[in-house]
Amino acid sequence: MSLILDHVDYVYGGDTALAVHALKDVELVIPDGQFIGLIGHTGSGKSTLVQHLNGLIKPTGGTIYFNGEDIHAQDYDKKKLRSKVGLVFQYPEHQLFEIDVFSDVCFGPKNLGLTKQETELRAYAALKQVGLEDEYFYQSPFDLSGGQKRRVAIAGVLAMKPEVLILDEPTAGLDPKGRDEILDQIAKLKEETGITVILVSHSMEDVAKYVERIIVMNQGSVLFDDVPKEVFQHFRKLEEVGLAAPQVTYIMQELREKGLPVRTDATTIVEAKQEILRVLGKSYT
Amino acid sequence: MGIIKTDKLVFEYIRRDEEGNVEGITRAVDEVDLDVKQGDFVAILGHNGSGKSTLAKHINAILYPTEGTVWVDGMDTKNENDIWNIRQEAGMVFQNPDNQIIGQVVEEDVGFGPENMGVPTEEIWQRVEESLKAVGMYQYRKYSPNKLSGGQKQRVSIAGVIAMHPKCIILDEPTAMLDPNGRKEVVRAVRALNDVEGITVVLITHYMEEIIHADRVFVMDKGRIAMQGTPREIFSQVERLKELRLDVPQVTLLAYELQKSGIDLPDGILTVEELTQALLVIQK
Repeated sequence: MSLILDHVDYVYGGDTALAVHALKDVELVIPDGQFIGLIGHTGSGKSTLVQHLNGLIKPTGGTIYFNGEDIHAQDYDKKKLRSKVGLVFQYPEHQLFEIDVFSDVCFGPKNLGLTKQETELRAYAALKQVGLEDEYFYQSPFDLSGGQKRRVAIAGVLAMKPEVLILDEPTAGLDPKGRDEILDQIAKLKEETGITVILVSHSMEDVAKYVERIIVMNQGSVLFDDVPKEVFQHFRKLEEVGLAAPQVTYIMQELREKGLPVRTDATTIVEAKQEILRVLGKSYT
Repeated sequence: MGIIKTDKLVFEYIRRDEEGNVEGITRAVDEVDLDVKQGDFVAILGHNGSGKSTLAKHINAILYPTEGTVWVDGMDTKNENDIWNIRQEAGMVFQNPDNQIIGQVVEEDVGFGPENMGVPTEEIWQRVEESLKAVGMYQYRKYSPNKLSGGQKQRVSIAGVIAMHPKCIILDEPTAMLDPNGRKEVVRAVRALNDVEGITVVLITHYMEEIIHADRVFVMDKGRIAMQGTPREIFSQVERLKELRLDVPQVTLLAYELQKSGIDLPDGILTVEELTQALLVIQK
């Protein structure tokens, strides 16, 4: 049970003078149950990559396998793929359209041809999973706050019971608390259901805090693919490609350069705090 | 009087259901008094729905007060005769660069504002050049905007505003859609406008690190100003900010956590350098 990208290439505008090589020989294995961060500057190929994962774009070279099957084989059921690999676009609340929250979340499962009862059970479960209180279920989605709307939109994808959930910048435009709430909810969901989560993000701090593996895209290729600690050690290279490390990584680097003997691989506040306390503790005694 | 001043500004709108019946009244801005000096860099923070954008839209007369008054450079925004002068003096930049760029070529886009004001052609080109140089985009003047990155597009939007020679510029979450590099580029351009050109800046953002150099910070909640002060004064109050659904820069949070563990650090550390200095002193 996994997604495998085997030498995937994607060129658009191939027969014109403006051909763009958006993905170059991408090789990735995405096993079940991982929490993955996908980062890269604007135009690095992140969005093109995620659109390949549920078959929205067909690679111009190479093969994509989902659970061992080639997703572009003649007899492959794409509809099923799209219910199994759920993609939440940027600003998904712009896609809400139903008269109330509950109907909106029902739309996906209803189109899978499920019974009314099954559809409603799934919608209810999905709204619970994103932490929306019952009182909002029969309100117009347009009367909710930004963070709530976004959760409804995510519930709409969860109601399809995906095995892989891809979120394209789910926290853009939300206030800090709203950011934490959505990401905490996703982390909890991943814990409880064992679903694979791919988080596309521009926030290095968020990625460092939540994911277990980071894939860095640059000019259509995979630049790094490793645990956060290792990836953020390459902060100078990351800066060259328009990214950065979390601020704590810079703090640790600066401390070490100025003579405080800390290890520099902390990527979260908690790790940095422990490391600084460890070093100060030692120098006190 | 400062360049921007509001006196007991109130903005209310009527909520209606689908049939158009009145459901109630929402007070989005509630008795806000603001006084911004010419040349200041002011930041406005607040959670989604706290009233920041509604307040900002009053400054260039997109919205008018329900009660109270807004003056821009001494002009009352309710005075219809001044509306074009106000909009020229207080320019606005929004979140999504793709919604703000209309030209086919960068330099045409930047020239659109002054052209509409009836600036002579010669001077338009001069202003386009100055504005693009001010945001570091001059070498892209002949590009098509859709070939640019998010941060570059947003800097073109800013150039389009400063080509109208405003006295102040209001930026409503200009970096929300950008990658780390794009955010850095835009913040650097905005600081340069303030430092070098002396343009008054009002920056609305959810990224706390972007405002550590501001002269003054206002925090909004439920349409009111809940906190105001220098960045150091504001970011010293970690718990209060969290109650208001906000945050502090990572370095400030780390210093706060170390303080809680008994390390003797000053309140409101804002930069990596400050923290390093303070820790080195302790180590000795």
